[in-house]
Amino acid sequence: MRGPHDLGGVDGFGPVAPEAKEPIFHAPWEKRALGVVLANGAINEWTIDQSRAKRESLSPVAYWSMSYYEIWLAAMAELLKERGLVSLSELATGHSAGNARKIAGRKLNASEIPAVLAGGSSYMHPAGKQARFSVGDRIMTVAQTHGGHTRLPGYATGKPGVIRAVRGNFSFADASARGDKAAADWLYSVQFKASELWSSDGGDTVCIDLWEPYLEAT
Amino acid sequence: MAHDGHDHDEHEGSELSPIALRVKALESLLTEKGFIDPAAVDAIIETYEHKIGPRNGTRVVARAWTDPSFADWLKRDATAAIASLGYTGRQGEHMVALFNTPELHNMVVCTLCSCYPWPVLGLPPVWYKSPPYRSRAVKEPREVLREFGVIVPKDKEVRVWDSTAEIRYLVIPERPDGTGHMSEDELAALVTRDSMIGTGVVAI
Repeated sequence: MRGPHDLGGVDGFGPVAPEAKEPIFHAPWEKRALGVVLANGAINEWTIDQSRAKRESLSPVAYWSMSYYEIWLAAMAELLKERGLVSLSELATGHSAGNARKIAGRKLNASEIPAVLAGGSSYMHPAGKQARFSVGDRIMTVAQTHGGHTRLPGYATGKPGVIRAVRGNFSFADASARGDKAAADWLYSVQFKASELWSSDGGDTVCIDLWEPYLEAT
Repeated sequence: MAHDGHDHDEHEGSELSPIALRVKALESLLTEKGFIDPAAVDAIIETYEHKIGPRNGTRVVARAWTDPSFADWLKRDATAAIASLGYTGRQGEHMVALFNTPELHNMVVCTLCSCYPWPVLGLPPVWYKSPPYRSRAVKEPREVLREFGVIVPKDKEVRVWDSTAEIRYLVIPERPDGTGHMSEDELAALVTRDSMIGTGVVAI
């Protein structure tokens, strides 16, 4: 889906503006936003890809004008509402109007946080079928993506590339965004010549991590 | 207005901003619902404010510069090599190290969102998550690098890595000349965050 998030190669956003001596957080609410979004992930009511899909469904005007923490918060509030876990009026008052249904996951305690953060969660699955491609194979990316969440950037659709690395059998983002946590497919780093992606000269390249269903043999 | 522990650095006497109020409401609602514990939120903040940051990445780079067997391990299995220094976890579960050479300059972006190797670099800076960098890094990397003060010679390849999956990339910058006498600690102190994203180089 070429939503507002699919920014690679889009013109008109102006210069990059690094901030000298940038603080880790720009306001106290950003700290709470980070902590709340991360802690609430453990209720296990959606996958990381469902989160990303929800962020991408914000209107372009909203997406491009919000800070990244605002985008996270807006998407999380939508997911909570969609799953019937909170209501609009509860979000407004900040108080619960009644018991929520039982959540799929659980509440994290403070004492668990160091281990949870240091542990992370592996996205690799045991390999099922054989990988279709090997390093050095020439591929073409699919020209059309489906309407849902995908990690094939718009700028890399319908382009020729070369398999640079076989990363493993990874949770497949497009399926995970539909709630299918079991789906996995082979992930590759695919190298593209900048001259194939844009009308640029020279030998510069772009490497993109792409799942097998995005690729066709040439 | 009354202050609670979380908002003491807001301006004295001023109202909280609309977004700060929304976050506060959200946190209290989710706490009442039994989904989150504010003490867990505090612990998460503490981790990313004080424990995890680009200093971790500088240790990885300095070790790679001084220990060829570590550099080799980093090339073969960056996740394990980095874990041996104690840096693991969320947003760094599947690490790949990209070695800059005299012929190759690597640079990392996430055009689709904000993917970034948290265990070694901490939380991403705002510019990394913002539309100008995300849109331009893949299309005109040399111009973006120039704005960061990095001029890459014409005959050197610029290779941009778009982090579209759960692989997280750490750039190992080139070790500057004239640092042969330096200790691992001294070398680590030279390494900048931007040099590990690929928007900087290390100089003495």
